[in-house]
Amino acid sequence: MGERLKAFWSRQHRRDGFLLGLAVGTFGVTFGVLSVSAGVSGLQAVMMSLLMFTGASQFAAVGVVSTGGDPMSALGAALLLAARNGAYALSMSQVMPSGRGSRLIAAQLIIDESTAMAEAQDNLGEVREAFWITGLSVFFFWNLGTLIGVLVGGVVGDPFAWGLDAAFPAGFLALLVPHLKDRNKRRAAVIGAVAAVVTVPLLPAGFPVLLAALGAVIATRVKGRNG
Amino acid sequence: MTWWLLAGLAAGCYFFKIGGVLTAGKLRLSGPGQSFLAYLTPAVLSGLIIVQTFDGGGRLTISALTAGVATGAVATWMKAPLPVVLLVASATTALIRLL
Repeated sequence: MGERLKAFWSRQHRRDGFLLGLAVGTFGVTFGVLSVSAGVSGLQAVMMSLLMFTGASQFAAVGVVSTGGDPMSALGAALLLAARNGAYALSMSQVMPSGRGSRLIAAQLIIDESTAMAEAQDNLGEVREAFWITGLSVFFFWNLGTLIGVLVGGVVGDPFAWGLDAAFPAGFLALLVPHLKDRNKRRAAVIGAVAAVVTVPLLPAGFPVLLAALGAVIATRVKGRNG
Repeated sequence: MTWWLLAGLAAGCYFFKIGGVLTAGKLRLSGPGQSFLAYLTPAVLSGLIIVQTFDGGGRLTISALTAGVATGAVATWMKAPLPVVLLVASATTALIRLL
């Protein structure tokens, strides 16, 4: 290993950011496989990872489409899950570059991982490095993973016979679990689930997921009241 | 998936990111506003889980898929990595359908 590479690698926030991207790449493979098995074309799956670049929304859109939901409900569910990136963007303004073009690129890298790694650092230099290294690493491996998944998924055959439709909700569950440690988020999740259970038999497909957002409304009100 | 939907998804997702970047400094999110955005993800995720696990075309049903998600939940609880969770859930569902 070259001296410069060694020096670069010696800092923990750089290593962590890079390795986190590598780990997220395996989810990218999963996204590619599930997308093509759910009837999304390989090109579309690759474009989703490049242009949307926010995992939960991508899985939600493909999941809704795969169960026969209409485009508006797929869009609604995906955008409700993408809204938090707006809050991240507000808090990441200190690391945004001043040039207009690089700002447009940096904005695309604002996701769970890059924000969390940046916020874990102490000084502005490290915050900035953690944001860029994590964001670029996740972007590279997420898209590489999607491409690999699309190629692998193309040879899987009948997704129903492989039970791949169970992978979507199981994956959402794994994404949900880290949120359940917080009492208010847990409340939002439970109310969201109840809203969905009650409205599945009553409303057209797609609406129950949107109504689950009521959980966030009520949890916010409860928190306001309890302080 | 239609290309129109994909364009809408891409534009919508980028809208939040660039919107936040451009309004930073001008817009301050209130406390409740921040909480709401933080609570949106768990609420919508759990709605998605319910619908995709139990919705049998407008009514709640228990199926091979439900059993697969349940075993996936157990794997999650045992702290298995995501690819393993997905494999367990899919394999269980596939096995039950095979029987």
